[in-house]
Amino acid sequence: RGLAAGPEMHFGFQTVTEEERREKIYQVFENVAKKYDVMNDSMTLGIHRVWKDILMHKMNPCPGTLLLDVAGGTGDIAFRFLNYVRSVRQRQLQRKLKHHQNLSWQEIFDSYQKDQFNSLGDSQVVVCDINREMLKVGKQKAQHLGYSEGLSWVLGNAEELPFDDDKFDVYTIAFGIRNVTRIDLALQEAYRVLKPGGRFLCLEFSHVSNPLLSRLYDLYSFQVIPVLGEVIAGDWRSYQYLVESIRQFPPQEELKAMIEDAGFFKVDYENLNFGIVAIHSGFKL
Amino acid sequence: PRGRDGRGGEEEEEMEGWHQLYPGHIPTSPLQKALLAAGSAVMALYDPYRHDMVAVLGETTGCLALPNLRDKMKNHPEGYRILQERPCIRLSTLDMGRLQGLPDGSLGREYVRFLEDNKVSPDTRMPPKFVDDEELAYVIQRYREVHDLMHTLLGMPTNMLGEVVVKWFEAIQTGLPMCVLGAAFGPVRLSSRKLQVLATELVPWAIRSGLNASCVLNVFYEQRWEQPVESLREELGIFPPP
Repeated sequence: RGLAAGPEMHFGFQTVTEEERREKIYQVFENVAKKYDVMNDSMTLGIHRVWKDILMHKMNPCPGTLLLDVAGGTGDIAFRFLNYVRSVRQRQLQRKLKHHQNLSWQEIFDSYQKDQFNSLGDSQVVVCDINREMLKVGKQKAQHLGYSEGLSWVLGNAEELPFDDDKFDVYTIAFGIRNVTRIDLALQEAYRVLKPGGRFLCLEFSHVSNPLLSRLYDLYSFQVIPVLGEVIAGDWRSYQYLVESIRQFPPQEELKAMIEDAGFFKVDYENLNFGIVAIHSGFKL
Repeated sequence: PRGRDGRGGEEEEEMEGWHQLYPGHIPTSPLQKALLAAGSAVMALYDPYRHDMVAVLGETTGCLALPNLRDKMKNHPEGYRILQERPCIRLSTLDMGRLQGLPDGSLGREYVRFLEDNKVSPDTRMPPKFVDDEELAYVIQRYREVHDLMHTLLGMPTNMLGEVVVKWFEAIQTGLPMCVLGAAFGPVRLSSRKLQVLATELVPWAIRSGLNASCVLNVFYEQRWEQPVESLREELGIFPPP
């Protein structure tokens, strides 16, 4: 048994070394990058969009927020963030205008001009991902959809972020932490790069406790999803890995404990769809 | 925690290396096969460039036809030898130089000409994934490799029209549901002029040849490169193309 070059861990239901796991996961996302969004829509029947919207509402960022979106690959969270702060900013500006109704036309015009060039209110999002292919797809999407302001793309590893301490207001990781090989390191890094008062938010597949629902969910996951992967993306194995990795990931309470271990306070979670997905939140104080 | 077994009925505990009968094999439950068959059929029609979907359709629907084909091969001396020796038509095993040097009209020369004219290669065939029997997996692989030779023997190009004609021939010969579906639905994407030619001349000829010919999988093509195409047609019972 003992020729493994390092600690043993799982890749889905297989047992592999840490290094092998990183490589295999890199390959999975390299293969699926181009069809990632299509597959997400097919597998979740579009519901993943609602989950991500809920995450954004929970975050409720105000203009001026600096967000780090880790494993943000194709940009879903980043784009939602930019839309959100833009609309909050617009409402802010409208309210300001209403209060300035006693000013002269010239003064109103001047203040409007000044704010026009700051439609995001200095908000910024940095998308960090370990996989070049996913970032590539994300950048193309951004160009296609017209997102450029307040958006940066960085190649980086969640276990060892290329950022300084105490930099960000919010850290998000949506459907990414499951693929990290050393979750504890990723959580520690999250803590490090957040400013004091900063918030950690994690959106991830979790465990369904209701037994009937759990059976149906398993049936769907194992029977339908790999088939969808084969038919849509021509890749059975990557999606087989996906459903297995969900089963291997720590359940809600265990993840909560791990987040607390990294130093976060007021750690809490919210189940979506009976625990198919959960949002974990914590604060650096 | 170790994952729960969620695949209806299967006993696997480890994923890879479990019940894997041949490299590339992915065992599937009956439900998965049914979903794959339906999904691949729809996708193949929607995007004709998804050759992998046609392949998957063939594998998931071939459970009756493939054993039939295998038995036909077993009961024929040349077919039996093929099952034993498991030859593969691949660029690495073909001596392209030698084949090109053969006289015009010979199987080898015409096959190479076909590959060049249509810019195809024998190496682009999908290996089988969803066939749950190692010997049957070889049978379907052989069928795929022989497909290009069918084009050569029938004198059909690789455009949509030519492919449909070959599918009609193969449907009669093999009984594979995928060929039947391809033959029936392929013409959907053809112009009416081509449909006419198809219906009046090509398909009747393909059917007659298919019925008359002995099983094309029972021919050890790799040992017959020098044989003239016409002689091979006569031997098999394929009528001259219109």
